[in-house]
Amino acid sequence: MIELIGITVLWIFLFGYLIIGSIDFGAGFYSFYAKITNKKHSIRQIIDRYLSPVWEVTNVFLVFFMIGLIGFFPDSAYYYGTALLVPGSVALVLLAIRGSFYAFANYGARESNIYLFLYGITGLLIPAALSTVLTISEGGFIVRTSGDVHLLLLELFVNPYSWIVVMLAIVSVLFISATFLTYYANKAKDKDALLLMRRFSMIWSGPTILLSFLVFLTLSTHNEAHFQAMLDESWIFLLSLVSFVLALWFIYKQKYLGLAFTFVCLQFGFAFFGYGYTHLPYILYPYITIFDNVTSPEMGITLIMAFIAGLFLLLPSLYLLLRLFLFNAEYVQGK
Amino acid sequence: MIDDPVTLSRLLTFITLGFHIILATVGVGIPIFISIAEFIGIKKKDHHYILLAKRWARGYTILVAVGVVTGTIIGFQLSLLWPTFMQAAGKIIALPLFMETFAFFFEAIFLGIYLYTWNRFKKPIYHWLLSIPIVIGSSASAFFITTVNAFMNTPNGFDVENGVFTNIQPLVAMFNASMPSKMSHVLTTAYLTSAFILAAIAAFHLLRNKSHQYYKKALHLTMIGCFVFSIATMINGDISGKFLAKYQPEKLAAAEWHFETEENATLLLGGILDPDEREVKFGIEIPYALSILAFNRPSAEVIGLNEFPEELWPPLYIHYFFNIMIFIGMFLAAVSFIYLVFYYFNRFNSLNRWLLRAIVIGAPLAILSIEAGWIMTEVGRQPWILRGFLMVEDTATTSNHVFAMLVLFSLLYISLAILLPTILIRLFKKKDAEKELEEHHVIL
Repeated sequence: MIELIGITVLWIFLFGYLIIGSIDFGAGFYSFYAKITNKKHSIRQIIDRYLSPVWEVTNVFLVFFMIGLIGFFPDSAYYYGTALLVPGSVALVLLAIRGSFYAFANYGARESNIYLFLYGITGLLIPAALSTVLTISEGGFIVRTSGDVHLLLLELFVNPYSWIVVMLAIVSVLFISATFLTYYANKAKDKDALLLMRRFSMIWSGPTILLSFLVFLTLSTHNEAHFQAMLDESWIFLLSLVSFVLALWFIYKQKYLGLAFTFVCLQFGFAFFGYGYTHLPYILYPYITIFDNVTSPEMGITLIMAFIAGLFLLLPSLYLLLRLFLFNAEYVQGK
Repeated sequence: MIDDPVTLSRLLTFITLGFHIILATVGVGIPIFISIAEFIGIKKKDHHYILLAKRWARGYTILVAVGVVTGTIIGFQLSLLWPTFMQAAGKIIALPLFMETFAFFFEAIFLGIYLYTWNRFKKPIYHWLLSIPIVIGSSASAFFITTVNAFMNTPNGFDVENGVFTNIQPLVAMFNASMPSKMSHVLTTAYLTSAFILAAIAAFHLLRNKSHQYYKKALHLTMIGCFVFSIATMINGDISGKFLAKYQPEKLAAAEWHFETEENATLLLGGILDPDEREVKFGIEIPYALSILAFNRPSAEVIGLNEFPEELWPPLYIHYFFNIMIFIGMFLAAVSFIYLVFYYFNRFNSLNRWLLRAIVIGAPLAILSIEAGWIMTEVGRQPWILRGFLMVEDTATTSNHVFAMLVLFSLLYISLAILLPTILIRLFKKKDAEKELEEHHVIL
């Protein structure tokens, strides 16, 4: 029971990071794009207005997932920790550059193109780096020889599946972010920005769905068991596809844009939870499963109780944040 | 050394933490002063204090942004560099780590709200209320993380059977023996250091002949904070000494070069140790003082290092870091005390240039003392990572790439160390306080 609650909580937080992080990462890229193409678009103001109050919250989702993983499944700290020193450190440096340069560019004294460039480009590199952990979790890249755990970095680098996952991560970021900003621009009653972000939503929708299929197909060559499990639960992925079609339809028609973004979340939600559900019981093929490597019941129950107590604190706070900034028409319109 | 993962992992952890603790310290300490300044401003209807809170909050945001970054790095680096330790720690001490993320989450949400709602509420006091969760969240983060560090010094709340941890009690592990003394010391020194940094900024401007009331109010408010928290720091510093004497005698003995267990023990300041003869030259010796520090009795017996096998001794150089910490603590207390005496007795000038200079120097010294304190406590735990259970050398990663990562992160910290102060200075120079005061003449 503890292992199921634990992995569910962690997966929900990772999904939260996927959505909120994607909006943030993509927004950074669009902001940079608007700057270099010299579009005197108000899109950058819109992005700033959304990002300024919430950027700090994004990172916490990721840290929460990592700490929770160690708490519920301590052995994963050993395997992933040993194997991921190099890619993990690279991702950390990218996160560091992004976080600090956002603050420098935003609160610092003057706008610098270098800061904006670093901020924009890391927005694409970070999801690329982080997505490789999902690839690694499929097995075959972390090996245990005579007690020592190693990552086969070269194999990972020349593996087609790993590159398709990376590409999917990047286009998903651009797609999720564009659909959210379409909705936000509409709330801000900014027609120019709305049309620009709508165009980006349409542009990235094709690659997103195409690459999703490719990931699905190439998984069969890489992890047959997981692929089979996904086929058995194919209804979840069909729901994801239906949500995608509905979202795209509303965006195309420029109607119900809030609902459209909700469908985008559902699209990724179904796919992400379907992927995670069929990945079970493995956290890392074939070494770590949620049943064999779960923490002691004492610790597990304490963590769950702490989590519930924490939610009572967090949910009202998050609600307040959203109410004051995201769902406040005056704020969104910059009044 | 370049291919020894243990040494390199220690070095990388050292530079990450050495950098992070400065930001963590001000991240914990500054919110209190922002909150106090805003409250005084609202109550006294004095817009100087409101502007003070605003400007502090502006600088604080940039520091927090970089602090979030370095905090994320150390959070992940613990697993990347010390996987075996985190595997064990995850089983026993995961609770406070988990709760720390909640506390930080809470702080981050309200900091975001606080920064962008200065003029959104009809009653200014509602905005002030938003500062409370920031203060609570940042101090709670410090509390939870410190319990983990305390656990490394005095592990508790589990049994070991055949090399496996059993009978795990997460709350007992969290509320371990060194938790109270460590936690109070970490919190008060964070408040003290932050107060000195803020005071130094005001003193610096006064030294440059800026005579606006704004700076004098800022200086006075923060100097009261300095005094209060330096007294608190001395008290819980003393408690920490007594804690060490009882629970970690080898750390106190190493810090004091105290080899023989004896009564009427002497406190040693400075000096040079002859490692073979164990003779100390040029040191200042204060009779009975170590016994008093350790047990409040001049005749008390203080355990010496010779009671422990030599391979379990902490490195003896921590003596100097211990001394630096104490000297600076005394200096900060003295400066803030003298300021208050000068301020309340009209015969003296509390804006005396020498006093202002001492306050300005106090800020970097306070940071130095934070670093020295951490080095003393972390190095003083060696060779253990989990005292009595796990050795540092058995828990490091086995990867061959630590040196490259050390170079990578060093470059990152060097660039941040250059950019961060540059940007802060530029930010505040672009719009100085006088200009802002003119613009916001009527704010309340």
